[in-house]
This record gives sequence, C-alpha cells and structure tokens, in this order.
Amino acid sequence: MLESITTIIEALPYILEGTLVTVGTVFGAMALGLVLGVPMSVAQAYGAWPVRLAVGFYVWFFRGMPILVLLLLFYFGLFQLIGLNLSAFTASCLVLGMTSAAYQSQIFRGAIQGLPQGQLRAARALGMSDGTAIRTIILPQALRLSIPGWSNEYSILLKDSALAFVLGTPEIMARTHFVASRTYEHLPLYMTAGALYFVITLIGLKVLRRLEHKLHIPGYASHGPL
Amino acid sequence: MAMPENVSAPAPILRLENIGKTLGGKRILSSVTMEVDKGQLKVLIGPSGAGKSTLLQCINHLIPPDEGHIYLEGRVVDAARRSELYAFRQQVGMIFQDFNLFDHLDALNNVSIALRKVRGMNRKAAAERAMAELERVGLANRATLYPAQLSGGQKQRVAIARALAMDPKVMLLDEPTSALDPELVGEVLAVIRDLARGGMTMVMATHQMDFARALAHEILFMERGSIIERGSPAELLAPGSGTRTADFCSRLTDLCEECS
Repeated sequence: MLESITTIIEALPYILEGTLVTVGTVFGAMALGLVLGVPMSVAQAYGAWPVRLAVGFYVWFFRGMPILVLLLLFYFGLFQLIGLNLSAFTASCLVLGMTSAAYQSQIFRGAIQGLPQGQLRAARALGMSDGTAIRTIILPQALRLSIPGWSNEYSILLKDSALAFVLGTPEIMARTHFVASRTYEHLPLYMTAGALYFVITLIGLKVLRRLEHKLHIPGYASHGPL
Repeated sequence: MAMPENVSAPAPILRLENIGKTLGGKRILSSVTMEVDKGQLKVLIGPSGAGKSTLLQCINHLIPPDEGHIYLEGRVVDAARRSELYAFRQQVGMIFQDFNLFDHLDALNNVSIALRKVRGMNRKAAAERAMAELERVGLANRATLYPAQLSGGQKQRVAIARALAMDPKVMLLDEPTSALDPELVGEVLAVIRDLARGGMTMVMATHQMDFARALAHEILFMERGSIIERGSPAELLAPGSGTRTADFCSRLTDLCEECS
C-alpha cells in the first residue's frame, strides 16, 4: 500500500506533464474541428449539391472508421505518402481534429436546420447577402444552441485522445502505461490516470456550462433554470 | 430622338407584370399584374391558399417567380444579379405574419443590425436611427428587451421599425395581425394606419376588413393564384354589388359574429 503511494507520488510529476500534452491535443483538435466544422455545416445546410456531396463524403469517411485506425492510417500511411514528417503530437492533433470536424459539423448543422426558416427570410428581406445573413443571424444563434452538443463532443474527444499514445504522443495514457510497465503498479497508476481524465472532463464541462450561461439570451431556447 | 412616353405621369413605384409561379407541379400564381403608385395602400384579400403570401414573397424574390417582371420606379429588377437584388430588397420592406425578429438580438439591435451590416453605418449612428424608429412605433422603452420578452403586438411593431429603418420605398405586409391575440391587433393596425396616413406605399394581405374599407385605395381579391376582382372598397364592398369580394367579406363578418 505504502509502496503504491510512493510510486504514484514519484510518477505524478511525469504523468502530470502528460496532462499538458493531453490538454494541448484536445484544445488543438477541438479548435481545428471548430474551424473546419462550422464552414462544413454551412456548406451542407446551404451549399450547392457538389459541395454537400463533398462534405457528406468527408463526414462519412471520418465517422465510419475507428479513431485508432485513422490515427495509424494517417501517421504511418497518408502523412508519409504526401511527404509530411510530423511529430506524433501534431499528427494526433490533426487526425483527432479532422475527425472532430466531422462530428462537430453535424452538431452545427442540426442547430442551423433547427432554426426557424423565417430568420433567414427576414435577413434576406432586409437586403442582406446570404453570407452576411449566415454570419450575423444564423451562426450566432446556431452556435449558442450547439454548446450542449459541443460539450458532449469535448468529453468524447478528451477520452479519444488517450488513443494518441499508439503514435507515441507523450500524453497521460502513454506516460501511465510506461510507468506501469516498469513498476507493475497497474492498479494505482491507472486509477490516477482515470482520475486525471475525470478532473479534466469536469473542468471542461464546467467551463462550457458557464459559457452557455454567459451567452444565454433572455427568454430564448430555455426550459427551466440554467 | 425618341422621347420617353408619359413624361408628365411618373411611373408607378412598383409594377408587377404577369407574375407566375408553379410549385411542385401546382400553379400557385398565374399572370398577376398590378401597379402601385406612390402613397397608395393596396389590400390583398381572398381565401387561404389563394396565393396572397406567395405573391408578396415573389415581389422581393424571397420566392423567385417563374415568370414575369417586377419594376421598381419604372426600372425592371434583374434578380439574377445579386447586387441588384440586394439593393432592391433594401428598398422594399417586408412584414411577416410570424414577425421573424432575430431571436438573439434585443429590440434595438433587431432594428439596427441591417443598418450596420447592409448600410455600413457605424454602431452609434445605427443605434440612434434604430432608437428613432422604435420611438415611432411607441417602443423606445422596450429597446433592450429580447423578442422572447415582448408580446406579439410589440414584436410586430419592432418588425415594422426594423423595416422602416431601411427607408423603404414600398412596404409589403403579409397578414401582419393574423398571428396576434385579438386584443393586440389594434396596436399594430394603429401603427400601420399612421404609416398609411403618412404616405407610405404599401401592399398588404389582411383579413381585417374594417381596416381595408377605411384605408385601402384599392382592394385586390385573389383566388386560385389570380386577381379576380379589383376596385375601390366602395365599389367592391357596396351592399348588393354582387361581387365575390362582398360575398367573401360578408361570410367573414358572419363568422366573426358567430364567434362573439
């Protein structure tokens, strides 16, 4: 028992350093997913059919394969093929980000298509171009409504990021695995890793909940107290 | 050199020429022609499904018509050219049955957003103009409230202020009071009445016959996608005139009396 505690204490700085890598990966991937996912959702909701088809194909590709396959496929396969020599960290961010874009685009598309038709019609009637209307009327509402779905995506992505250890990304899981394989203190170490994920999830969800509250529009899309 | 005809008579502000629309194989509008002169109020009436709403939305190309032409101040609108379409829409205000206020913006920003994003006005000037329009519809004290915090009548008045802020040459009103509780109809009609008296050019679909009788310059009775009768309220609504319009209106009135 004492030995376990000693192991954890000794390994903790090393594993906590991995927390930074994990948080960095998730931030990077969520950001990439947001930057790609928003235009994809708009393209799918309002675009011409070739654009919709292209986005549909992208979403189908990234949602249709396990993250583990995608990580290995891109890192050892496709990135090499196009001559990209990326660090494991960058590659994890990119693959998780591209995957998240597929999921995020569907969160945003659902929110866009859930808005009343009249919003776009009223914006057009005032002489707004479709681009202006989408930027100033549609997205501010759709993105607000997307926050709960986005929180979900965050908590899933955070845990998916543990798979990045197969590429050798030095994140929580990789470091825990490394220490465990040398000390054989599996139970306490993996419990520590689990607890770290637990805490990061909780903090992230709290922050997003606060964001939702802060961006809340009086009387709008609310059923009961926030 | 050929002289333009009718130099003395100004072109009507709005002219529709043979507007036609087919949706899903169904003929919604067939060759609708009308002219609206400056300061006129034209009222569209007719049974539901007659095409009133489609016609109004065809005018500013929210529903692109399949056939026909639309002229604003004598110039044909080429909707295929985006910039021309957007410029045209800025000059044609639209009021919807279900208000369509922007739900994420307070009343002031609902009115000012197009001034900023379409007209390119700065925030301060846009807010001042928006405030003036809210005052005009009697809602200056509601400027910071969001649509969900306003009554139906107040929402529609904000929507009117939003349209007025763009200095429209014509206003299209698509049953502006149909979604309102009966006790809120009056406040919206009062605003529209003031606009009419102030010389605003308007085309309005409505079932408010007393309003139409009192203020319309012309009533257009639509049925199955066509205007089948047109004339002044006095002509069309005179008792014993035997018009479809008078018949329709008497049935509306009977209905109201049965209810009350």
